[in-house]
Amino acid sequence: MGSATTSAMTTGTTPVTAFARFARWFRRRLVVFAGLLTLGYLLLPNVVVTVFSFNDPKGRFNYAWQGFSADAWRDPCGVSGLCGSLAVSLQIAAWATLGTTVLGTMIAFALARHRFRARGAVNSLIFLPMAMPEVVMAASLLTLFLNMGAQLGFWTILIAHVMFCLSFVVVAVKARVMSMDPRLEEAAQDLYAGPVQTFVRVTLPIAAPGIAAGALLAFALSFDDFIITNFTAGSTVTFPMFVWGSAQRGTPVQINVIGTAMFVVAVVFVLAGTAVANRRKKQQE
Amino acid sequence: MTTTLTEAPPPVASTAQQRTPPRARGRLTPYWLLLPGVLWLLVFFLMPMVYQASTSVQTGSLEEGYQVTWHFATYWDALSEYWPQFVRSVLYAGSATVLCLLLGYPLAYLIAFRAGRWRTLVLILVIAPFFTSFLIRTLAWKTILADGGPVVGALNTLHVLDVTSWLGMTAGDRVLATPLAVVCGLTYNFLPFMILPLYTSLERIDGRLHEAAGDLYATPFTTFRKVTLPLSMPGVVSGTLLTFIPASGDYINADLLGSTDTRMIGNVIQTQFLRILDYPTAAALSFLLMAAILLVVTLYIRKSGTEDLV
Repeated sequence: MGSATTSAMTTGTTPVTAFARFARWFRRRLVVFAGLLTLGYLLLPNVVVTVFSFNDPKGRFNYAWQGFSADAWRDPCGVSGLCGSLAVSLQIAAWATLGTTVLGTMIAFALARHRFRARGAVNSLIFLPMAMPEVVMAASLLTLFLNMGAQLGFWTILIAHVMFCLSFVVVAVKARVMSMDPRLEEAAQDLYAGPVQTFVRVTLPIAAPGIAAGALLAFALSFDDFIITNFTAGSTVTFPMFVWGSAQRGTPVQINVIGTAMFVVAVVFVLAGTAVANRRKKQQE
Repeated sequence: MTTTLTEAPPPVASTAQQRTPPRARGRLTPYWLLLPGVLWLLVFFLMPMVYQASTSVQTGSLEEGYQVTWHFATYWDALSEYWPQFVRSVLYAGSATVLCLLLGYPLAYLIAFRAGRWRTLVLILVIAPFFTSFLIRTLAWKTILADGGPVVGALNTLHVLDVTSWLGMTAGDRVLATPLAVVCGLTYNFLPFMILPLYTSLERIDGRLHEAAGDLYATPFTTFRKVTLPLSMPGVVSGTLLTFIPASGDYINADLLGSTDTRMIGNVIQTQFLRILDYPTAAALSFLLMAAILLVVTLYIRKSGTEDLV
């Protein structure tokens, strides 16, 4: 390729041949084709999950297509334990989101707005959980719980989830706070707003998108976590734990129904959010 | 991620650069803000690491309890027994990382430069799979790669499986329960972690640089090699780390799509901890994995000269 490059550079003034033009055309679209192939690879399993939510499996496992049936969609909670595990997961995700958003936002403000000793140490402490394989955190947390004689269950899962989601919230909020103009707050104070009023009426609204992004990320991470939950759950069953268990015992079609429904709800939610944001942007212009 | 999707860049971004250094508002304020979160991480992230290190040098049994006896031989025993799983983890996670980079780069490039008004939609489609539990999606690969299914049939007809069998990646005309299936699952699961950082760094590139390269008679390939690729290196570095680290500790793909011959180090740690209950060995293995990852991350970041990963 190196020689082709130099020849193209020296003969740059001569007209481009048909072959070169074709090669150029092909090379230009090659990226598009390759990208779309990757997109297909990413979406193929979701298509399979959706199609197989209408399957009518004969055995215990839902891996081979047998025939069409919408029974599972009519009775998504028909499998014992499935919807209970879903409720546990939603509960844990909600509490973990609340906890990490509060703690993470506080850390983000401290890092973005203040100077203090041990700043590097705090930064490393935030970075390390993201640079650690989950299984290491899970295993070490379990040794702590075993040593303390803690009862494994809802609370140990919640503690673990707050721990590993915290860093992601800090990063999301910090990025937003760093890009804020501090003069806005100074202006508020010049206009006789107290510190509390400045924070609530100026700082918080500007930081809100970062906080929302962090909270959404924490919710998604917590809701879908398996490895850390597997170590800290005891006999409590979250939704990913239920899916894992059913992969050994037999996969009910209802799992695909829940998976498909979550996908559709989330995509509609995101598309609606994007549409609202676009409209607001147009109104501002 | 969501930030890039739903909102315009803040109008104050340009002025924020020239802002004054943070003012001292109460000297203790930052410490109060940090206290609860940092305490949480100290107690539930750092302290467990210490407990784990201490557990790894204990001897005893479940019934009689464990004592710290500085029994470092556990490490030696664990390594000599489980080194194949360690090697396998590095190989599988490494292959998955390379595949993620090769597959993810074109898509990130497509979103950043070619998607036009479809950009938001394609980005949503990249993130969308996240919303279906990844275990369900991994199980779907059992259907896709099923014996005698269309994918395996096509690979057989194209004689791809002959090549992969020769490489030791598959066995006979099966893909499921082989290393290829595990690598395929790992690649699939961590692909978005590669695409998003790549996209972020590609999107920052000024389009005029491409025009300038073209004006200077650079071919598209030269433009890519000399302009785009170097400028996207921060994305490549954080993308490969975000893929390799979780992939090396993963045990879900090896368990669901592999066989006993594809067990990775994560599988061993999980079994030792949750089924065999041999805590010292499990802790030693987990500690070794952590040390290896920290070493890789430190060397990699130093070599690539990217400090701003967070």
